[in-house]
Amino acid sequence: MTQTSQRPLRVLAAMSGGVDSAVAAARAAEAGHDVTGVHLALSANPQSFRTGARGCCTIEDSRDARRAADVIGIPFYVWDLAERFREDVVDDFVAEYEAGRTPNPCLRCNEKIKFAALLDKALALGFDAVCTGHYATVVAAEDGSRELHRASDMAKDQSYVLGVLDEKQLAHAMFPLGDTLTTKDEIRAEAERRGLAVAKKPDSHDICFIADGDTQGFLAQRLGRAEGDIVDESGARLGTHEGAYGFTIGQRKGLRIGHPAPDGKPRYVLDISPVSNTVTVGPAEALDVTALTAIKPRWCGAAPTGPGAYTAQLRAHGGETEVTAEMADGELKVSFATPVRGVAPGQAIVLYDGTRVVGSATIATTVRRTAVTA
Amino acid sequence: MAYLDHAATTPMLPEAIEAMTAQLAVTGNASSLHAAGRRARRTVEEARESLAEAFGARPSEVVFTSGGTESDNLAVKGLYWARRDADPRRTRVLTTPVEHHAVLDAVHWLGEHEGAAVEYLPVNGYGRLHPDVLRDALAQDPDTVALVTAMWANNEIGTISPVAELAAVAREFDVPMHSDAVQAAGQLPVSFADSGLAAMTVSGHKIGGPYGIGALLLGRDHSPVPVLHGGGQERQVRSGTLDVPAVAAFAVAARLAGERRSEFAAAVGALRDELVQAIRDAVPDAVLGGDPDPAGRLPANAHFSFPGCEGDSLLLLLDAQGIECSTGSACTAGIAQPSHVLLATGSDPDLARGTLRFSLGHTTTRADVEALAKAIGPAVERARTAGLS
Repeated sequence: MTQTSQRPLRVLAAMSGGVDSAVAAARAAEAGHDVTGVHLALSANPQSFRTGARGCCTIEDSRDARRAADVIGIPFYVWDLAERFREDVVDDFVAEYEAGRTPNPCLRCNEKIKFAALLDKALALGFDAVCTGHYATVVAAEDGSRELHRASDMAKDQSYVLGVLDEKQLAHAMFPLGDTLTTKDEIRAEAERRGLAVAKKPDSHDICFIADGDTQGFLAQRLGRAEGDIVDESGARLGTHEGAYGFTIGQRKGLRIGHPAPDGKPRYVLDISPVSNTVTVGPAEALDVTALTAIKPRWCGAAPTGPGAYTAQLRAHGGETEVTAEMADGELKVSFATPVRGVAPGQAIVLYDGTRVVGSATIATTVRRTAVTA
Repeated sequence: MAYLDHAATTPMLPEAIEAMTAQLAVTGNASSLHAAGRRARRTVEEARESLAEAFGARPSEVVFTSGGTESDNLAVKGLYWARRDADPRRTRVLTTPVEHHAVLDAVHWLGEHEGAAVEYLPVNGYGRLHPDVLRDALAQDPDTVALVTAMWANNEIGTISPVAELAAVAREFDVPMHSDAVQAAGQLPVSFADSGLAAMTVSGHKIGGPYGIGALLLGRDHSPVPVLHGGGQERQVRSGTLDVPAVAAFAVAARLAGERRSEFAAAVGALRDELVQAIRDAVPDAVLGGDPDPAGRLPANAHFSFPGCEGDSLLLLLDAQGIECSTGSACTAGIAQPSHVLLATGSDPDLARGTLRFSLGHTTTRADVEALAKAIGPAVERARTAGLS
């Protein structure tokens, strides 16, 4: 394995206005590439200022990105991808919740916006690659194909949200932050050293298009309130809710059931049924998932043949777990060596072979150790 | 480098730089009574006389401001307030949908906050307001009209308005008319007296003067309510200590622009015609925006829509080759919006996304035009591959 080519490339650096993407663009320029910065305007009605540490769609962020590009000494433009973002990411996010699933919009954005809409436009305009501030590593295998690996610093690794990229997308991806052991403080120090004013800017968290962080309010505004029942595993009615989309499998807080379970143990959301608008709750043990099926697989390279042993990651900041996985009938069948909890349809499962990303798929169904009967 | 964005700003004339730097070393507030103040005032008043002569106005009709945006705001808001205060029935503001944002957003604000009824009079396919359209609007109920504001020449597509005819119509009804002449100044014979306007906006940095200085030429019968309150400078209409170096340099630029205008217009017009022909040769389906008759458009302006292209993509591709131009449309946080000017002239919205404005100036050479001629064909071809996102 060798590092990706050092031949000077024409690089389009996606700059959010945050510190990571600014340092990534600076490193790409310093490496001798011909870098142009671009800020993606993803909101049709951007707010003027950031509220708290959230969001990447404000005019202030756009100015921060522009200022960083000025300091690096690269051209800078703002591209309006708000319509594509709304169609491919926001509408999909709402529809997934409406169907009782738990989507990850960041994966969706990487798949459909940054490494599709943006990459396609970049390639058409004569660029060779798109550069972002993600913590992950692209390496060229001996046969010349591209592999996506975890960042050198596992604690910062973001390969999970890039697991949707296929080999063609990877061939034009550049992640200058992924291959160094760098803490966030060191990245900030590097930004400071480079004269980038974003060095002290707070990290962005949560979902960029929900500026106030109130996902439930965001969904309620779009899906309306629809009162339904909260039931236990036997079907007995324990309370009511204002919209099944407001719940996530494994959720414990905010159930607002007035009385405790007979055994006194906490209750968790086990199942969400959008058709009957019912939320089923029960004990933690009932969350244990032993196997799952996942759809819409995307492979970084060749699809695996036959059953294989992998490690899997089930959420952005989740740990690794041992699995056996194989493709059958167009679906990915996964079984866990040890049961896992809090697995929700709609989430992405990313499979790894060591540090290498093998591929990803969207969780469709789960098999519980204890059947949920309600 | 081929700088083809002179309508955004044009290089300062060396004589203006000289006048400005000389004044930067001189102390004096033009409102002070002592010798230093008198010296500064003398510089200001000489500049005022020089500007008045250049723009066909009397010295007392020159009100210095910080530039085009301020002059437009002062004229539009100030005249509206003054006219409405004199007669509360006067709440109608007649304008066009192709104005610069400094006028468009000011009248919109009057509508939102000051009870103004803004009427956007229809323009033709070149963005030109016909005097009969204005007459019809005024005749409906002339006593309720606060003011008319219509630009002299359009900043995007270069279309020249029949300003004197429009002003004559407004005068028939005794309604004051303002015109933004920022783009016209230096390219067209612009005489405030001959125009019959009540107020006219000009700006320093578009004619080879410095940034941050402009003027509102204001008929002596008109007293707009001030936007800036303070020390009462500039006929009590625009308070604030005058920027003497900028005023002096602005006057030099205006004088030279006036002296050189007809020669400049002929030379730059010929280069512009070559540029238009070169683009038509390279991109046969490019659509010229504005009036195809050279007599009807600014001599330094060329504007094209390129079907199937994003203006942004073209800008990036040309910029990378050292050719600097503009998409011509307004930006919100750098996001290109389809031009309101093109939409008002009936352009297809998709076509309006793929526009470029080339504006020539006093430093433009044939080499600049040739560089563009060479680059535009491949850039359009490439931008079409990228398509409309």
